[in-house]
Amino acid sequence: MGLDFSVVPPFAAALLTGALWTIAITASAAVLSFFGGILFAVIALYAPLFIKLPFRLFAWLFMGTPLLLQLFLIYFGLIQIGIDLPAFVAGVIGLGLHYTVYNSDIIQSGIRAVDTGQYEAARTLGLSRIQALRKIIVPQAVRSVIPPIGNNMIALLKDSALVSVIGVAELTLSSQMAISRTFRPFEFYVAAAACYYVINLGLEAGLRRIERRIQIAR
Amino acid sequence: MIRVFPFFLKAAWVTIQLSVLSCLLGLACGALGAAARLSRSSALRLAGATYVSVIRGTPALIQVFILYFGGPQVGIQLEAFEAGVLALGFNIGAYMTETMRGAIIAVDRGQTEAARTLGLSRFETFRSVTLPQALRLMVRPLGVNINALIKGTALVAAISVVELTYTAQRYIGSTYKPFEMFFLAGAIYMAIIYVTGLGVNWLDRRVALK
Repeated sequence: MGLDFSVVPPFAAALLTGALWTIAITASAAVLSFFGGILFAVIALYAPLFIKLPFRLFAWLFMGTPLLLQLFLIYFGLIQIGIDLPAFVAGVIGLGLHYTVYNSDIIQSGIRAVDTGQYEAARTLGLSRIQALRKIIVPQAVRSVIPPIGNNMIALLKDSALVSVIGVAELTLSSQMAISRTFRPFEFYVAAAACYYVINLGLEAGLRRIERRIQIAR
Repeated sequence: MIRVFPFFLKAAWVTIQLSVLSCLLGLACGALGAAARLSRSSALRLAGATYVSVIRGTPALIQVFILYFGGPQVGIQLEAFEAGVLALGFNIGAYMTETMRGAIIAVDRGQTEAARTLGLSRFETFRSVTLPQALRLMVRPLGVNINALIKGTALVAAISVVELTYTAQRYIGSTYKPFEMFFLAGAIYMAIIYVTGLGVNWLDRRVALK
């Protein structure tokens, strides 16, 4: 059976819709993991021990286990205890939490790298602890760690393919649906790969622009 | 829990086999890829750069699917386990290419120049001056790649290789004890990663500067 890529164009609209869902799920999970990462980092560094410990345990678990396993737990596991999340929501939560843990690790090192004098000066000027963190420490820390967080977002885009396994009709599952009608896996998976590649190029270009703007702002 | 334990151990052995075999393939691809990217031939450099860019620009899951489901269309008929090892190995190989290339170019240029001045050939310079120093720099980052690979082996659950994640999913479905199954599989993954980490540390000390 030879290859025939002319089977792909009739499904272009379906693949495009899938690609848009991939972008939507990646963007949602990226936002969740960015702010989640900041929250986790602040808790890991400043919260009292009895709050810190469960977060640390959670981070340790999510860093040491595969994302796919976590998605299965969140989607199939929560159904069994009576929480029936739509697949899209479960996917965003799974991807978002997974990368929250990785972002938090990076943001923590960013916060540690901010000069302690900054915190002391803010406190001396009458800012509360929370204000000092929110207005002085975290903005500087986050700015300095944008490049590694960007790398996580690129990994997140590619990992978003995993949510096809729990039934989110993104790019990967859209190509599978086309395959189930045409029996042409090679052509459609290559087409999907090409779409991911293009989205990835766009994301990389966007990240480079953000990095440049931050450098100018400094 | 005790009833399912033997099945998890069997699955863990499959995960270990997947990890070890695809790691070896990945190291080979990484070495070849790094050699190509640093070669004097522009065709080889382009080939290496394309390999890295295409593999790192697309999801590993799609790569597994192309090889396993798409393979038969181009005359490559593989068992799920074989397709998994090959796809995971090629995938991590692209990341290892960059790790190895990074370590090699991080070795001070003066070292190479001094060795060449002292009359060593290009190959001798690489083998006895650049490579030993580069190895020292690449052990830890390769350890990070291998850590990602071990967790990445879960992907082949999607082509029904009966490894840890597939087994956990099956028993999440049949026992109605999702958290127990998650923790059991998770503990085994973390044990594998922990032992691998010890190995990487040991290797790192072995190649460290005396």
